[in-house]
Amino acid sequence: MLRVSGLSKSFGGLRAVDGVSLQVDEGRIVALIGPNGAGKTTLFAMISGFLRPDGGTVAFLGVDITGLARHRICDLGLVRTFQLVQPFAGLTVRENIAIGAHVRLARRRDALARAAEVAQRVHLARQLDEPAARLTVAGRKRLELARALATQPKLLLLDEVMAGLTPTETEEVVQIVRAIRDSGVTVLLIEHVMQAVMRLSEQVYVLSDGQIIAEGRPADIAADPKVIEAYLGRGAAARMAAAAGTEPARGR
Amino acid sequence: MGRNAVVGALALGLALAVPLIVQSGFWLNLLTLMLFFGYLGGSWNILGGYAGQFSFGHAAFFGTGAYVTAILQLSLGLNPWVTMLFAAAGGASVGLVTGFLSFRYGLRGSYFALITLAFSEVLRVLATTAKITNGGQGLVIPLRTGLGNFQFAGKAGYYYVALAMTLISLAAAWCIEHSRFGARLMAVRENEDAAEALGVNAFGHKLAAITISGMMAGAGGTFYVQMFFYVDPAIAYGPAMSVESLLVSIIGGMGTVAGPLLGSIVLHLVGDLTRKVLANAPGISLVLYGVLLILILRYLPNGLIGGARALAGRVGLGTARSGSTG
Amino acid sequence: MLELTILAPALINGAMTGAVYALIALGLTLVFGVLHIINFAHGSLLMVAMYGVFFLNRHLGLDPYLAIPIMTAAMFALGFGLQKSVISRASHGRDEMILLVTLGISLIIENLALYLWSADTRNVQLPYGFAVVNLGVALVSRTRLIAFVAAVVLSALLWLLIDRTDLGKAIRAVAREKQGARVVGIDVEHIYAMSFGIGVACLGAAACLLLPIYYVNPQVGNVFVLVAFTIVVLGGMGSFVGAFAGGIIIGIAESLGGLFLGESLGQIGIFLIFIAILLFRPTGLFRARA
Repeated sequence: MLRVSGLSKSFGGLRAVDGVSLQVDEGRIVALIGPNGAGKTTLFAMISGFLRPDGGTVAFLGVDITGLARHRICDLGLVRTFQLVQPFAGLTVRENIAIGAHVRLARRRDALARAAEVAQRVHLARQLDEPAARLTVAGRKRLELARALATQPKLLLLDEVMAGLTPTETEEVVQIVRAIRDSGVTVLLIEHVMQAVMRLSEQVYVLSDGQIIAEGRPADIAADPKVIEAYLGRGAAARMAAAAGTEPARGR
Repeated sequence: MGRNAVVGALALGLALAVPLIVQSGFWLNLLTLMLFFGYLGGSWNILGGYAGQFSFGHAAFFGTGAYVTAILQLSLGLNPWVTMLFAAAGGASVGLVTGFLSFRYGLRGSYFALITLAFSEVLRVLATTAKITNGGQGLVIPLRTGLGNFQFAGKAGYYYVALAMTLISLAAAWCIEHSRFGARLMAVRENEDAAEALGVNAFGHKLAAITISGMMAGAGGTFYVQMFFYVDPAIAYGPAMSVESLLVSIIGGMGTVAGPLLGSIVLHLVGDLTRKVLANAPGISLVLYGVLLILILRYLPNGLIGGARALAGRVGLGTARSGSTG
Repeated sequence: MLELTILAPALINGAMTGAVYALIALGLTLVFGVLHIINFAHGSLLMVAMYGVFFLNRHLGLDPYLAIPIMTAAMFALGFGLQKSVISRASHGRDEMILLVTLGISLIIENLALYLWSADTRNVQLPYGFAVVNLGVALVSRTRLIAFVAAVVLSALLWLLIDRTDLGKAIRAVAREKQGARVVGIDVEHIYAMSFGIGVACLGAAACLLLPIYYVNPQVGNVFVLVAFTIVVLGGMGSFVGAFAGGIIIGIAESLGGLFLGESLGQIGIFLIFIAILLFRPTGLFRARA
């Protein structure tokens, strides 16, 4: 569904993303993890049209979307959320979600109705007529999700949708994301909350210093020494193995 | 919704009956001006309130419409009603060009406000020096009374035209609030990046808003010329029209349907009262406008309408509605 | 047309007026650099200051140049008070709101002036008002020369204040990083008011220099507002050197524009420069923060 080939981006002298290639197949939940500053959000920005890549291509459903205008990419069915939540503060929750619905629906009444449905799916139904500015952090994250969902996406890019949530709230979101995938939406997510990554995703890419250093199933990734070193420093894998008597290391 | 419709119908009936009830030429004139500036404010509101781009140079559109009307009548003898179409087109064009430049280069907030001011100042100086506008002396349109010529002997004619224009501007605002275009416009106002991520072409929407705003203001220019028979660079492109259009909208409530009209009524009542009390002292009413603006910004940032809604909400009336400027 | 005898006076006079423009622009750029607000009332405050100078001269016989300390102090107090009690409270910290609040202030000031002092144009008659100084390539009026020298000196003093004093350090800290400044114990709100006050104080001085070579009426502020803004964006918002250089450049540009295009069209030149900079190079010629 999504094929990224050799994507690169530099800011001044810094290579934020360096020749990254990855692939997301339809109907899967794929996770992109890596230490802070690895370039994950930059990668998302390039895929969704918010940044122009210096090199490489992005193909979505077989169509080359590299450098396409951001609002057009949404029309094609690729939608992203933001790491720093960006609600339409002056509008109600319903009106917020309706903007997403309007990607597919022209009539105001239909969009508002769809908004109510989507709100149900993310457990925001009770706050439908509240100003978005009044939501808690958890509520705003779910609003981001709801807006993206309302566009009826084929591929959903979730950027740290679980950051800053309590374990209970995180669990709620995990269920919601699973339900979203089960309804036919492919998901590519950036996440730091490891328990969520391990439980949700079927495939994991690890990004470090702008490059993919590992790729595979969650359990394999967790044991991969390169991944451990990316998070904990050079030689950490060996030290940990020695200290624990060759016990496989667990994810951060 | 049912209650609103009944209130609206009553208000409309009352408005239509006004010239029959009110005999005083002075009051009819005042009401006409209230309606006109409600209309002009409404045209500002489309760009300022709904799209969230504050223009300090709304006169650029208004003045262009006024001059187009006057010039076409004087040089080609066109019928004033016909010139109104050209005036609207003129205003729309100025909006399109200035909007394209400003938005293409990413100007927002204060920078956008300043550049709109600069544009209208450029036009003002051009109008002062150009031959076609008769420079600083201005243009006078020929007297030729009659409905077909958009000139009325009594005040009632102008009142009804202003009323019609006001209704159009209210309808335009209402349509915006209940359409996908308007929802997307407001999304751009709240957060441009998030809107784009949700498929909204922000540049296109802002450009559409400024063009509509310009078109309406241009037509407003025609009305003004027909009512006052005269236009010069200061009237057309000076700060007075720009300031008044934004004042009525902000005081009444940006991003609302009735805000500009309400603001215009309040502002003109205040202005008129002070003129009566202080015997035509120059400038005092504008001082009060400035004070009113600051008071509104401080205590009622959503304008009078916003304040009324908050009050209604606290007392338990009406349904919950989002604030327009957050 | 390009003879030195015509060009030189235009250039020199332009530069001299430009120095006074620079002083006006310095106040504006200081306010922007620190508070990040665009003070729309800058022009009307200048107008008020000029009336102040006028009345001091008319009623007390005070020479405008000697009034500099008085006007500077008075305008500082006005600016300080405005920021503390009106602007900070009414704007709720939002960028566009601040612009509207300062618009409101300028409306009030301008029309109060109209009401109190009528629309008549006033100017001061100085005993040496018509004296000229021979600079070799050109003759310049003494008042203009004094204005130039004074503007340069005052700008230098302002620069020293910002660069060498503790207050200046605090101001620069707040300009660069408000939260960080707060953390190290700087009273940010107080610095805001101080900065605004200093910015407006520049207008007090500039008014003393301007009145002898210009005139005052309630509309005078409008003329200078856009010129000041043009200078500030030309030099780069928040850049001290940029504002000064920009002032000189604009002064010369205006003078040459008037020479080649006539008075009115020359004015357009300034507006067009303003528009062009905003569109194509909003960070200004001197690469300060946008």
